Amino acid sequence: MKETTYIKRPNRTLFIYALIYLAFLYIPVLFLPLFSFNDSIYIAFPFVGFTTKWYSQMYHNEPMFAALLNSIRVGGATSVIATLLGVFGAKAVTRYRMPGKPVAMFIIMLPLVIPGIIMGVALLIVVSRSGIPLSLYTVTLGHILVCVPFAMATLIPRFEGFDRSMEEAAADLGENAWWTFWRVTFPIVFPGILASLLLCFTISFDEFIMAFFLAGTDPTLPIYIFSQLRFPAKLPGVLAMGALILVVSFFVVVFSQWLRLRNSNDITSSGI
Amino acid sequence: MSIEATASGEGMPERKSWRRRFRALFLRSEALRGYTLLSPTMLVMAFAMCLPFIVMVLMSFWTQKGFDIDTSFTLNNYQEAIDGPIYEALLFRSLMISGTCTLATVLISYPMAYYVAFHVHKRKLLWIILMTLPFWTSYLLRVFSWKIILGYNGAINSGLKALGLIDQPLEFLLYSPTAVIITLAHAWAAFAILPIYVSLEKIDRSLLEAAADLGEGPVGRFLRITLPLSLPGVIAATIMIFIPTVGDYVTPALVGGPNGLMLANIIEAQFGRINNWPMGAALAITMLFVVAAVTLIYIWITRKLTARIA
Repeated sequence: MKETTYIKRPNRTLFIYALIYLAFLYIPVLFLPLFSFNDSIYIAFPFVGFTTKWYSQMYHNEPMFAALLNSIRVGGATSVIATLLGVFGAKAVTRYRMPGKPVAMFIIMLPLVIPGIIMGVALLIVVSRSGIPLSLYTVTLGHILVCVPFAMATLIPRFEGFDRSMEEAAADLGENAWWTFWRVTFPIVFPGILASLLLCFTISFDEFIMAFFLAGTDPTLPIYIFSQLRFPAKLPGVLAMGALILVVSFFVVVFSQWLRLRNSNDITSSGI
Repeated sequence: MSIEATASGEGMPERKSWRRRFRALFLRSEALRGYTLLSPTMLVMAFAMCLPFIVMVLMSFWTQKGFDIDTSFTLNNYQEAIDGPIYEALLFRSLMISGTCTLATVLISYPMAYYVAFHVHKRKLLWIILMTLPFWTSYLLRVFSWKIILGYNGAINSGLKALGLIDQPLEFLLYSPTAVIITLAHAWAAFAILPIYVSLEKIDRSLLEAAADLGEGPVGRFLRITLPLSLPGVIAATIMIFIPTVGDYVTPALVGGPNGLMLANIIEAQFGRINNWPMGAALAITMLFVVAAVTLIYIWITRKLTARIA
């Protein structure tokens, strides 16, 4: 019956607009892989020739691999800790009625509404005043702050769609709190946890502003890329690496989004 | 859910009763249990947000003396932030650039969100992933790709030249506030689309059908139902874009040129090249207050306006 209302009528103008919009989103990004196969250190049309040498040169780039490893370490630690904090937080705010919950949520979500540079310099000041050397640990701390709101936003819809009577049944059958969590709660919210891990890793892996202030002598990958952008001769190498990063992160994100949205009937409740 | 282990066996009746009383309170008070569970997250966030902020406020009252910092209290940094014409100009430009970018992003994203919310019925998930995917890929690389496109010898200029349409590269493309606005609009598009989409998706379709039955045309339905009901999403989107773009320094540094530099670039320089941390702290706090003030005024105005519509 609904099929006949005007709401369901296809709208060609809007469809074309949507395609143009997607082109605006995607075409700029596709220039990176496109030019990464161009046999010239100048990034310009017309193409000189096809080459894969920028990719093979990358293979021997030791500093880049070191930076990549640093980013993976930071991203791994960040995603695990931020997701753990997110699980505690999401469980608490969805399971219990608490006075002052909006205030608590406001504090936890605060990093979303503070410009990154301000959090970056504030952390830099406190870290250097207390004599802690800048390192990958300080970068990780900064990234945890950035990621916890995202972890919460990913996990809360999962915990909200959760049927509490299952936990109560487990408790009635004699499971204690921890075993109830591991054997009942955890398997049910696991897709959310996995999505949160992947999203936090992606955010940390790409994060530049905080890392720029908080990294010591060990650069993360974005910092390494930024340092290379100043040298025109290094640009094709950056393009090749960028193209690879794009391809990998596309797959990771598609997978994590799919995990996150797959079973939630109500997509609207998942927010950002 | 009880976190405490079961109270131990016989002896020590007094302590046991105290413990039992605590446990009873703990089990009875939902709020207490909730906050116990929330406390790790709360503590980490509050500690890691508040402490740096307090130290930054303190530092903004200090003075840089060569390589040392004089910790006697002074308001000189704020005086300089207000008097120095450069800071005011940069702050104003930051607000202008990110304001324009926010407006442009929301305007171009609204029809897209509308399309997916109202006209996509199959594979909605695919569309949502398609719209938000670029947002999760490297920010730095996305900014860099605009440098490739807009550059002096970039894709547009070299492409037009190869086609014989222009002799000289168009210089206005890169290193201008316009380049910053385009790049930022592209980078933050997902932040506009998602909140708007969510608010549109939540609109009860029967309202629209009722309006149609009562003889309201498509334009009237949009203006009197869809638009007002989607305003919360629009407002959320503007805030979510405005705040991070005001404080961005990567995009201006890469594509902005001297005329596209923003306040965040000078803050970054105070902690690097210029090496005047207290001044940088004062500027960061000034920026935070201005951003907060602009955001709060904006929320207040939009509340008044939406109250009038509804």
